[in-house]
Amino acid sequence: MQDLLYFSQQLINGLTIGSTYALIAIGYTMVYGIIGMINFAHGEIYMIGAYTALIAITGLATLGVAWLPLILIVALLCAMIVSSSMGWAVERVAYRPVRGRHRLIPLISAIGMSIFLQNYVHLAQGSRNIGFPALIDGSFRFGSSEGFQLSLSYMQITIFITTLICMTVLSLFISRSRIGRACRAVSQDLGMANLLGIDTNRIISATFVIGAALAAVAGLLLGMYYGSVDPLFGFIAGLKAFTAAVLGGIGSIPGAMLGGLILGVAESMTSGYLSGEYKDVVAFSLLILILLFKPTGLLGKPEVEKI
Amino acid sequence: MIAHNFKHALFCAVVTMVVAYPILGLNLVARGTRVGLEGADTTTLIAIFVAAVVVFAFQLYRDTLMAALGKMPKLNPLAHREPMPQAKRVKMESWVLTGIIVLALFWPFFVSRGSVDLATLVLIYVMLALGLNVVVGLAGLLDLGYVAFYAVGAYTFALLSQYMGISFWMALPLGALLAALFGLVLGFPVLRLRGDYLAIVTLGFGEIIRILLNNWTAVTGGPNGIGGIPEPTLFGMEFGRRVKEEGNTSFHETFGIAYSGEHKVIFLYLIALVLAVITALVIRRLMRMPVGRAWEALREDEIAARSLGLSRTAVKLSAFTIGAFFAGFAGTVFASKQGFISPESFVFLESAIILAIVVLGGMGSQLGVVLAAIAVTILPELAREFSDYRMLVFGAAMVLMMVWRPQGLMPMRRAHIELKRQE
Amino acid sequence: MLDVQNLSMRFGGLLAVDQVSLDVQEHEIVSVIGPNGAGKTTVFNCLSGFYKPTGGKIVFEGQEVQGKPDYKISRLGMVRTFQHVRLFNQMSVVENLLVAQHRHLNTNLLSGLIKTPNYREREQKSLDRAAYWLNRVGLLDLANRDAGNLAYGQQRRLEIARCMVTEPKLLMLDEPAAGLNPAETKDLNQLIVSLKEDYHVSVLLIEHDMSLVMDISDRITVINQGRPLASGTPSEVRENDDVIKAYLGEA
Repeated sequence: MQDLLYFSQQLINGLTIGSTYALIAIGYTMVYGIIGMINFAHGEIYMIGAYTALIAITGLATLGVAWLPLILIVALLCAMIVSSSMGWAVERVAYRPVRGRHRLIPLISAIGMSIFLQNYVHLAQGSRNIGFPALIDGSFRFGSSEGFQLSLSYMQITIFITTLICMTVLSLFISRSRIGRACRAVSQDLGMANLLGIDTNRIISATFVIGAALAAVAGLLLGMYYGSVDPLFGFIAGLKAFTAAVLGGIGSIPGAMLGGLILGVAESMTSGYLSGEYKDVVAFSLLILILLFKPTGLLGKPEVEKI
Repeated sequence: MIAHNFKHALFCAVVTMVVAYPILGLNLVARGTRVGLEGADTTTLIAIFVAAVVVFAFQLYRDTLMAALGKMPKLNPLAHREPMPQAKRVKMESWVLTGIIVLALFWPFFVSRGSVDLATLVLIYVMLALGLNVVVGLAGLLDLGYVAFYAVGAYTFALLSQYMGISFWMALPLGALLAALFGLVLGFPVLRLRGDYLAIVTLGFGEIIRILLNNWTAVTGGPNGIGGIPEPTLFGMEFGRRVKEEGNTSFHETFGIAYSGEHKVIFLYLIALVLAVITALVIRRLMRMPVGRAWEALREDEIAARSLGLSRTAVKLSAFTIGAFFAGFAGTVFASKQGFISPESFVFLESAIILAIVVLGGMGSQLGVVLAAIAVTILPELAREFSDYRMLVFGAAMVLMMVWRPQGLMPMRRAHIELKRQE
Repeated sequence: MLDVQNLSMRFGGLLAVDQVSLDVQEHEIVSVIGPNGAGKTTVFNCLSGFYKPTGGKIVFEGQEVQGKPDYKISRLGMVRTFQHVRLFNQMSVVENLLVAQHRHLNTNLLSGLIKTPNYREREQKSLDRAAYWLNRVGLLDLANRDAGNLAYGQQRRLEIARCMVTEPKLLMLDEPAAGLNPAETKDLNQLIVSLKEDYHVSVLLIEHDMSLVMDISDRITVINQGRPLASGTPSEVRENDDVIKAYLGEA
């Protein structure tokens, strides 16, 4: 009984983390689907989202605002606006000028951007981690056994619900809206979409903005969940989210969701049964294995080499 | 047109403010357990405002500015200069290089101990960058976990000396070979991946190795690292005040000179210099051999290379292994220089710095990479205030280089090949 | 020397090549023609090992080669060019030819590092071979230019020279005349014939330029929508009703 409870607890924790990975992974997967590059700086965009949310929350507290929904909504909006602007700017400055060049060039540019943003926040906000207030407290507790209680915190529920909403809105947006349709067209064939009169530059910008906004949501959620942020906060999370994207099949949005959940569960099981130290090792090993044996991921389409 | 530009410029200026103000203008400060917010000083605010204005102006007059920039190269007096005749250039280059090496040999005897120590570090980076240059610059494989091979070299020496009492000279080839073996074993499965996936996978490998070093406390000492790594000896002569190893003699007693801590530092510097020169020469030779051409061919067009009978795996693996070999070399020297190593020296940032050196110097260009290694290592030391901004500047420089000058500051020059005339 | 039987290639639901058979004898120029999208290049990609054919047999000099990796097929002496020229653009012209000779130069690293006499001799030989072929295709004066800076016609010739220095038995040319002007096409025509006559290389050719094909081919195979349509000598093919229909239908 206790074993089962412990297992369920790990499962819940894994799914929580996993759904935030999925939110970040969307950014990787959409950008890759459209211009075929790894946006290495995406983890930093997410980190900036978390910082902005914290700044907004602190600011509101200073102003004496105490109504929780208002705080959350304002923090979320601020984070999304700043992250999206950052995503847009990064694409303009670092990626658009090198688009279409040799594969390594955009990637190196992205790595440079990632280092730059990390140190930008580091210099502006200090390198120490800063406490993130736990705004959503409390938890449901279920059947206890020999002193072990299964708990599902309100924060975890918030994360599930928010992720679900974001994913639903995104799917609707991609399938119904004009920009969404154009996105799909561009990801099929950029040159052709261009010829058909789609402003591909705008669509690419939109992709970055959407990805960044979702990363900002994840930033706020994970900031509250972990209870602190620091400038390195985005690097590992970004890698994990990238792993999730690859796992699910890069370019596929449902794949990102699935990949995120699997990765989250795999990690929390490692922490729960082996050691927290090795959860990164498991994540990276998973990434390497999937790339070696099924580089198209679980839901991705195979790529035919063009000669 | 102007109206459209105006709207765009305004938008860009607003984005600049949005991106800059919350992060730069509002600083989070921890007050005990609570977090407070402080506005930044006026200078920062003015700077943000100025930045927005600059972006606005630039976007507004972009077309004119770009057109003006396009004309700039014509003003460059060197642009139309005739290239030097081939034979003369080669001769001059070899003279200059010999001169630099001779200078480098005698220079440490006239400067401070700190400078020599720094120069040794520079040489270690030169080795690393030359090795990574093979992988990234020549073979076009973006290896983001290069530091793992550096770690293998360093830890090989540290562990062998700790558990088996092996000396620097034994460890040097062993460390390099073991690193190469790691390269071979890790490279084999991953090298058929496409470029950007390869980058991420090597990054993953690098992190895994670091985490393992950090957690395998029983052997590697975990985060505490390993200390007491011996210095190199010269024909059984030690450079310490007292002889540690039985059978060895001490340098200053053998030559009947007074003990000086500087001897050791200079000796290490000279070893690093010789190794760096060997590294450069070997790689230079390799570049002009079939294997070197195969690396470049694969970078240029993998499909064409395969159609001519080049085995993708063999060629990539050779580049990966040789790159790892020199990283192992550098790692051994590093361990010996520091006398102490811990996983902290082998983080991703280190890989990024080495990559930045290669990118700045010019992928494939040896001279460029050497100069970049010197600049990147020395600049932060010269200006202490600069060292905080070091990584910020590196990151920005990498982006700028990719946008404006992907071939690097000193692009690689192709060797001129003289052919016999056919009658 | 090359015998292809019932070659098929399926991509998902699309059967790009369906039961194509053809053969090339020693000292022969064979062309594969067909309307756009007929699957000619796919046939080439199967022959040269870039695709693993889903069905059929490819026999080269008595050896089954279907499904072998591309570089091994090339080493057997079947070397190809590409529809869109694929040179090593940032390498010099002569280096392009040296890369192709890596097999003749295959020595261990050490002998190259210390430049043994044996190594030097072989290196000189490959330089001579490169010079010979550059001279043959009229690019000797441009030997140290970057390959990417050559004019299009020169790039085409360099690509053929690059195949020839590997001393192939069968040369596979994928639309070598594409993008060439009439004068250049005529030179190419002579070059291909000379490869067969003077260097005893068999040639398998994909081409759109009918005058070139009819001029130099010993035999022609026509494929349409992945399926073999006809084959025979140029005059036989020219008078084949199915072929005329397929081409007129397309035009």
